[in-house]
Amino acid sequence: MPPLTEHVVLRDLDIVNIADFDVYLQHGGYEALRSAVTEHTPADIVQVVKDAGLRGRGGAGFPAGVKWGFLPKGVYPRYLLCNCDESEPGTFNNHQIIDRNPHQLIEGIAISAYAIEAHTAFIYVRGEFAAAARGLERAIARAYAHGFLGKDIFGRGYDLDIFVHRGAGAYICGEETALMESLEGKIGQPRLRPPFPAVAGLYGKPTIINNVETLANVPMIVRNGAAWYRQFGTEKSPGTKVFSIAGHVKRPGNYEAPFGTPLRELLYSPDYCQGIRGDRKVKIVVPGGASAGWLTAHDLDVTMDYEALAAKGSMLGSGGVIVLDETVSAVEVAYKMDEFFKHESCGKCTPCREGTYFLVKVLHRINHGHGRKDDIPLLHDVYNQMAGNCFCLLGESAVVPIRSALRLFPHEFEQAISRAGNGHAIPLIPAH
Amino acid sequence: MSLLEKSGAEIDAIIARYPQKRSAVLPLLYLAQDEYGYLTDAAMREVATILDLPPTDVFEVAGFYSLLYEQPVGRWVLQVCDDVPCAFCGAEELIATIQERLGITVDQTTADGMFTLQRVKCLADCNHAPLLQANLEYHRDLTTPQQVDQLLAALRRRAESGEKLSISGRYAEQ
Repeated sequence: MPPLTEHVVLRDLDIVNIADFDVYLQHGGYEALRSAVTEHTPADIVQVVKDAGLRGRGGAGFPAGVKWGFLPKGVYPRYLLCNCDESEPGTFNNHQIIDRNPHQLIEGIAISAYAIEAHTAFIYVRGEFAAAARGLERAIARAYAHGFLGKDIFGRGYDLDIFVHRGAGAYICGEETALMESLEGKIGQPRLRPPFPAVAGLYGKPTIINNVETLANVPMIVRNGAAWYRQFGTEKSPGTKVFSIAGHVKRPGNYEAPFGTPLRELLYSPDYCQGIRGDRKVKIVVPGGASAGWLTAHDLDVTMDYEALAAKGSMLGSGGVIVLDETVSAVEVAYKMDEFFKHESCGKCTPCREGTYFLVKVLHRINHGHGRKDDIPLLHDVYNQMAGNCFCLLGESAVVPIRSALRLFPHEFEQAISRAGNGHAIPLIPAH
Repeated sequence: MSLLEKSGAEIDAIIARYPQKRSAVLPLLYLAQDEYGYLTDAAMREVATILDLPPTDVFEVAGFYSLLYEQPVGRWVLQVCDDVPCAFCGAEELIATIQERLGITVDQTTADGMFTLQRVKCLADCNHAPLLQANLEYHRDLTTPQQVDQLLAALRRRAESGEKLSISGRYAEQ
């Protein structure tokens, strides 16, 4: 699949300083918003986003226009939330968008808010993006000053306020209902569904929540139409995806490519990552953030779209592609990844809170040379008690690294344990 | 001086963004820990009073989020990502260098109160591993001990020059 000649989302790579309001305007900025508000009904906008087949980029890949259609008729106020709690290990595309092309996101939020008839939108930015959040606030202020936000936008009686809300360090707040709890000033623990956010979300009101990348696509779809958008990607995964590729590649970074681009091309092509550092062999590729099932060197011909990755038993997830070469230990990778999930478990449900604790405890001792004879069946037992029993996807995701590691590299666990001697070594408690 | 006396206008503007006052708890806790150096018991009670919340609700929030500090921290909080992929791209070496240069271990503060060192999870800037945040400003691609020395010296100079620092990242520019 040929690389893009022009980007849809990462237009900062095509247009110098597009983060600047005037530069953005010179390149047709806010024209899609003008067209939406002055020439189209909200229903028209929902329809074009549906026709384009825009899928939610936060991980689940649910069609955005269909999600918007779940709002109950005639119930107001409604809220639009932009999820910028980007915290999935290996994922950093939202960060680039808000840093270098913030107006395209703001325009996307404004158009989407108009489409769902919301008059208030919040951008929930992870607390660590402190500088980028300030940049977003400045960009929003420029848009207000030009009448693109605020009261009576384009003289058509439509009002919209956008606020930036900084989180304070918690991966779980990227889970949509935990994000709402957090925005309401509580600890970020997920809510039971139903009711779904479209019916009762933020402050109990109908709420739509979309990822930064999803919303940043909207102005280009409205400007160029659904057919234009569908020229990229596959029938079921239309458009482009910003893949964040990091780890042991020669040129890590964000690369926007059509859905359906082969993984091998992203890793080795001169247009993308240019190969593996030191020309070593690939050992593990995690294609969609730490929650995605592992791939190996045998899987590199998979195409990067929702369907093909699901068929491989993995997922496209957040599009965060972690590439690790043959120098890493699969035991250590599983340990580090599950340490992440343990650290971020919100504590609400027992399978996740206790399961991640025990997984890390056992993985820690195996990784540090104190594994016990029965640790492999013990690990299978622990993750099997978690799988399908956690309150939200965080706990389910914690099962993925250890299950992948034991499936693909069982001998590494056996070797690590046999090296530990007679199995009577003193178990270590994780230091953190 | 109380938070309200010192930053009343800013607090009013924050609260005005939200349909419900309680939503302002995170921004007010950020403000409070900058004012008092960390979230003292009194600071959290002050925020609770401003927002008409039971103090326990504020204590709970402060305990949940990793960027809210309930113990004293240095003027610069250094947070090194030790997650995957950083863990396999030099994060452990970076942590070891900082520990050696500052004479502290993770979760400690230097005796002069200048630096606190912490391990944190993914900072969403993985293409610049190994990296850290200092008061939530990014410092990227820290691959050599010389870069660490330069960074620590620069941060120390900024603190000593009287620059207004925010452990909450309220003035972060990078």
